[in-house]
Amino acid sequence: MRELSLHLLDIAENSVAAGALNIIIRVHEDLAADRMFLSVRDDGKGMDAETAARIVDPFVTSRTTRKVGLGLPLLKEAAEFCNGSLRIDSTPGKGTLVEVAFQHSHIDRMPLGDLASTFITLLVSSPEIHWIFEYQVNLECFALDDAPIKQELVGIPLTDPLVLGYLREMINQGVARTQPILT
Amino acid sequence: MPTVKSLDDLKKLREQALEKRRVKTASGQAQVIVGMGTCGIAAGARDTMKAILDTIENDNLNDVVVTQTGCIGMCEVEPIVEVVIGDQSKVTYGKVNPDTAVRIMKEHVVGGNVVADHVIPV
Repeated sequence: MRELSLHLLDIAENSVAAGALNIIIRVHEDLAADRMFLSVRDDGKGMDAETAARIVDPFVTSRTTRKVGLGLPLLKEAAEFCNGSLRIDSTPGKGTLVEVAFQHSHIDRMPLGDLASTFITLLVSSPEIHWIFEYQVNLECFALDDAPIKQELVGIPLTDPLVLGYLREMINQGVARTQPILT
Repeated sequence: MPTVKSLDDLKKLREQALEKRRVKTASGQAQVIVGMGTCGIAAGARDTMKAILDTIENDNLNDVVVTQTGCIGMCEVEPIVEVVIGDQSKVTYGKVNPDTAVRIMKEHVVGGNVVADHVIPV
């Protein structure tokens, strides 16, 4: 996976699989401090400290269909290679927080990629979950809490073509307005 | 630059959507399931999903529900897309890139014809 947004999608799918009802995804680009922070917080089933420590080891996975999971270990390696880190803070029965940091300007830092597509994929394909997305660049911030949208839409699925168009435009615009201008 | 979408826009749009749903014919709901395990995502499942959502929007398809599933143990043929129409049995497709996803939406979900060359036996 060559985009941080794909890793966010992967981590959030773990949260979905963990039975979370509320998931918060944050991306913060702090250009002054030259740091890039990503986090996924959920209230899913969580895990004990030993499992949390082992989960970044490539030879441990919770999946039963295949023996090796590589999402988190590869992201951890990528972060550490860019003067950053990956940390998992989890409590059984309470939830999990995955936090990743990178040196923003590091030549090997993966690009953020298509954050809007990651957001819309999660929002539409797991509509039973309450999603909060935040994308901040310096002081500019796009935040989306899907609760008021779902409240407004009672009885209409998010996959209604008109609703999809609305969500796509809103999220694309929000992300594009926040994104730093490439120089 | 276009104005940012507000919740008021959504209110207006809700009325239109409800009106349309009142007049539509009952043709049986279609369920489209995209594999979103690590293997699926690494193989391009997000682009496949995007193509499916874009087709729903562009072709104005009502009554399609899109959901996700984790790894189903066939990582080598990801991205995997499953289609269930009404009470018919599930059809599983493998190696579904965005172009194939559009074909599946147009030919199978809308047209009712299975896209045979991408079906995988399960």
